[in-house]
Amino acid sequence: MRLVCVIFSFTLAALAQIDPEYVIPKENPYTTPADVKNGQQLFLGQCARCHGSKGEGGRGAVLAQPRLRHAPDDDSLFLVIRDGIKGTEMPAGYAVDTRETWQIAAYVRTLGRLAPETVPGDPKRGQELYRAKGHCSQCHIIGGQGGSLGPELTEIASRRSAAHLRAAVLDPESTLPEGFLEVRVVTKEGQPITGVRLNEDTFTIQVLDLNGGLRSFFKEDLKELQRDTGKSPMPSFRGVFSATELDDLIAYLVSLQGNQ
Amino acid sequence: MRPAICLLAAVLPLAAQVSYDRLRQADSEPGNWLTYSGNYSAQRYSGLNQITAANIRHLRPVWVYQTHTTERVEASPVVADGIMYVSEPGGSVTALDTLTGRPLWKYSRTVAKGARGCCGQVNRGVAILNDMVYVGTFDAHVVALDIKSGTVRWDAVVADPMLGYSITAAPLALKDKIVVGMAGGEYGVRGFIDAYDAKTGQRAWRFWTVPAAGEPGSETWAGDTAKTGSATTWVTGAYDPEQNTIFWGTGNPGPDWNGDARVGDNLYSDSLVALDGDTGKLKWYFQFTPHDTHDWDSTEIPVLAEAVVRGEKHKAVLFGNRNAFYYVLDRTTGKFLAGREFAKQSWAKGLDDSGRPIVLPNSSPTTEGAKVYPDLSGGTNWFSPSYSPQANLFYVAARDVGGVYLKGNAEYKPGAQFNGGGQSPIIGEEPIGVIRALNPDTGELRWEFKLHSEAEAGVLSTAGNLVFAGTNEGDFFALDAHTGRPLWHFQTGAFIGANPISYLSGGKQQVAIASGNSIYVFALEE
Repeated sequence: MRLVCVIFSFTLAALAQIDPEYVIPKENPYTTPADVKNGQQLFLGQCARCHGSKGEGGRGAVLAQPRLRHAPDDDSLFLVIRDGIKGTEMPAGYAVDTRETWQIAAYVRTLGRLAPETVPGDPKRGQELYRAKGHCSQCHIIGGQGGSLGPELTEIASRRSAAHLRAAVLDPESTLPEGFLEVRVVTKEGQPITGVRLNEDTFTIQVLDLNGGLRSFFKEDLKELQRDTGKSPMPSFRGVFSATELDDLIAYLVSLQGNQ
Repeated sequence: MRPAICLLAAVLPLAAQVSYDRLRQADSEPGNWLTYSGNYSAQRYSGLNQITAANIRHLRPVWVYQTHTTERVEASPVVADGIMYVSEPGGSVTALDTLTGRPLWKYSRTVAKGARGCCGQVNRGVAILNDMVYVGTFDAHVVALDIKSGTVRWDAVVADPMLGYSITAAPLALKDKIVVGMAGGEYGVRGFIDAYDAKTGQRAWRFWTVPAAGEPGSETWAGDTAKTGSATTWVTGAYDPEQNTIFWGTGNPGPDWNGDARVGDNLYSDSLVALDGDTGKLKWYFQFTPHDTHDWDSTEIPVLAEAVVRGEKHKAVLFGNRNAFYYVLDRTTGKFLAGREFAKQSWAKGLDDSGRPIVLPNSSPTTEGAKVYPDLSGGTNWFSPSYSPQANLFYVAARDVGGVYLKGNAEYKPGAQFNGGGQSPIIGEEPIGVIRALNPDTGELRWEFKLHSEAEAGVLSTAGNLVFAGTNEGDFFALDAHTGRPLWHFQTGAFIGANPISYLSGGKQQVAIASGNSIYVFALEE
């Protein structure tokens, strides 16, 4: 909800320098070495924070892959950079004109030609560790199976790098997504409830509690509302998995590309 | 349809005649809401007191009007004698019976293909005068409609929409003229304020907000940068009939975020201009943000009220500016009387004795990005403040939000955006919105009510000692006007980016607000 509002604000504020008469060509018209170089500079300034300086991903999608799910061709990549992807953390480009948008796209396409990230470990063993030792499916859904407290992982590898996933397993609170908030409320009757904020406005808050219960409260009916910014209900698995097991688990997670 | 209209005609005083005298004395008939801001002083204050803290728990929605558009509705309706006139995106207008919410007529505007604007085809309202309803359109026309049928009486071309000119603000009706502002500040246009003969649509005068070469103020633009200087006028001003003076805010200089070429103060951008109502001649100006590089348009509402500054009573203009400062100006001379920050800001040390900001270093956009408060949407924005003469408080929907300002290239191409940069959010920082009540004489904070996120809706105060406002998450709510204590709220289900109004329907007080693409109307349950 917050993200939607933020995107709305940007629209209001006229960030994208859109020429409504511009007809988007099918192929990128700005692909010279100078264009790619300028695109790299813009990418490093505006995109690398989430996508990594080499497109290895992080908070944002892994771009160092031959085929981008939201941008399989040049014109769709142009639109993603110019307009963002609604309903995701991907915003519209800031202060870039048409030529600069194409130059960023040209640089992004060079990332797709980098060698795919290699991850040590056995994904099959990782899948078993995910199920049995980690009990990860208690909180995460893959392919429609699992619990819903944590984020769905069906195509997590298309959105997060191996390094980011490793950090998420070992130190979950270092990799929280934008807008994620753990809250602790105490009702007027004295009942404490901890969970993940699903939505909030000035007068109400909606929470998914740690037992998977959907809760909604008027704030005036709460004795206490504590925002645990930077906290996560996910435990650290440091020391739970051996180094080899961790490699296996990450190899499994990296294999989760969804329906390409 | 025809029998229904005939039936309504039998019970409603259909098609009110709204004379200039009625507009001038709007405060004497609080059962109507006759202008965009409720009265010429633009106070957005309702003299109605049926709804109070004691009974507001019985406030319920009585009808909803859906515009059936996909654009956001920012309109603040006008109500005369039981009929609401509401503009819709693009410049369509619908007349609604306030008892039932049913349409009486509709004017559907087909916007010219290729018309463009930074921020959607919004339209904020209409003006009424005698037997006509006036609306500005997204393709930069001003249209007069017959108040009984919505039929076009005249349609005047204001500017070329293909160059980025549009109209989003409600017109202001004077005795015999219709004053309109225009938008397009992101397209390198040249700003102006126009007045049209109310009966014929002939242009009576135009005031250019960017002077031509050789005119006073042109020396504040380097080279020929004034030609693309913007300073648009996209929010309705106020009017003092005694002085026959129009007060109107102007927008950012172009290009927005790169001021390298336009060396100088860039008059009359980010200013309040006071114009003669008959001729459009400039009486005085006050520039809030000289040489702006943050897109801090001064297209907020100038509120006319009396202020006591250093023991002396003044006819004043009260102004909560997008640059996060509150100003009290003398209404006759434009002289700065008092001012202070009312929202979080990091760009100025304060205001000097003349009201000019003392700008801090490192507060301009850079290619790497400069973190500055407020963000480009400002300490407040176009949405209306309110002044309650009863509580003697100035209410403003404030934003404590910062941004990272980026400087980029600016190459003018007719009809294309001409921004020269932009602004990104501060990652990890939640935007804060607050309803603040200020001492109108000084801008000192009296109370505040925090919102879940930044504010983008205006404020209405009432003689029932209430303050109404809305949130991004769709809450329409009321606060105690003296303390800010929350008294009532209703979830509308959509973003609220509009201004509330209040009036009587069938003798009962109603309160209306646009939310999403609908108009919600509330009244006390029987």
